[in-house]
Amino acid sequence: MVGAAAPPRSGPAAALPRSGYEDASPAVRAMQDDDASNPAFLWVQQGGAAWAEAGVPSGRSCQSCHGPAASMRGVSARYPRFDPARGRPVTLAQQIEVCRTERQGMQAAAPEADEPLALEAFVGSQSRGMTMDVDTSGPAAPAAAHGEALFHTRIGQLNLARAQCHDGLAGQRLAGATIPQGQPNGYPLYRLEWQSLGSLRRRIRNCLTGVRAEPYAPDSPDLVDLEFYLASRARGLPVETPAVRP
Amino acid sequence: MARVLVNVPKVVKVGEPFDVKVLISHPMESGQRRGADGQAIPRMIITRFVATLDGEEVVSLDLHPAIAANPFLAFSVAAAASGTLALTWVDDEGATQTQLAAVTVA
Repeated sequence: MVGAAAPPRSGPAAALPRSGYEDASPAVRAMQDDDASNPAFLWVQQGGAAWAEAGVPSGRSCQSCHGPAASMRGVSARYPRFDPARGRPVTLAQQIEVCRTERQGMQAAAPEADEPLALEAFVGSQSRGMTMDVDTSGPAAPAAAHGEALFHTRIGQLNLARAQCHDGLAGQRLAGATIPQGQPNGYPLYRLEWQSLGSLRRRIRNCLTGVRAEPYAPDSPDLVDLEFYLASRARGLPVETPAVRP
Repeated sequence: MARVLVNVPKVVKVGEPFDVKVLISHPMESGQRRGADGQAIPRMIITRFVATLDGEEVVSLDLHPAIAANPFLAFSVAAAASGTLALTWVDDEGATQTQLAAVTVA
């Protein structure tokens, strides 16, 4: 095709972040727009109850340290956050797990367990509408750079890099679906395909098995670095937690 | 107890229909799928849903397979006076749950 070109919908030239919301069908968008019809709010409700519930055996709840849930406003917009003590970025889910096991004295939860996920959705929903603003400067830069390198590395039997689909082909079609940019601003979100709430970790695992690569272990540092880079890539998008996606 | 979200307008007008939205957390297993062991997963769906306003039935539904998990039900009701909306449902295991919501007429 030659001649006056329309502005590109995809490719590095279309560098503006675009939420997956824009690529979802009107029915899915309507579901997300109305809190009463968004099934993710079943988990947010559960997370709200868990927020005030005393942990066994410490007797301490999230509320006894953090106060009302409104104190969590803006938190998920800044996560994953670089933790100087550990010298590594930490995701919101990891931070919740640290609170649960170290401060509340509870048993470690299985990956993708319902209650921590509900808590993550509840905390995340406090920041709804705020702008994603992850700090990748200074000591955090190497981890973000590693995440970016992973984003551009070809993997799996299909030998595809994440950037090929989610930068290069975003906005085009894969079978019946529009390829989104792979922005993390709505997680944890309700995915119709899963018929349940799920985390970004679960979604990335989906992608990796899709290109026939070996998925990351749930606590893999590579996975955290990748989430860190994805969050920095979404800078400027509004937090949509808990979103709905097809 | 399954988690449930009920949405009723805070204040409604006399005799004017208003929307009630109900979101129930339920697996709605169709009975058509097989698990990793090759065995059929038993059907587990909500079979009956009844809404009453102060004891008077306003909506009743028979539900069947092929409804997605976490069903969303919405219907319109008109109220002559303030009262209590009682939503009751039964699933294949015979578990009954009732959720109450206040209706305030202004």
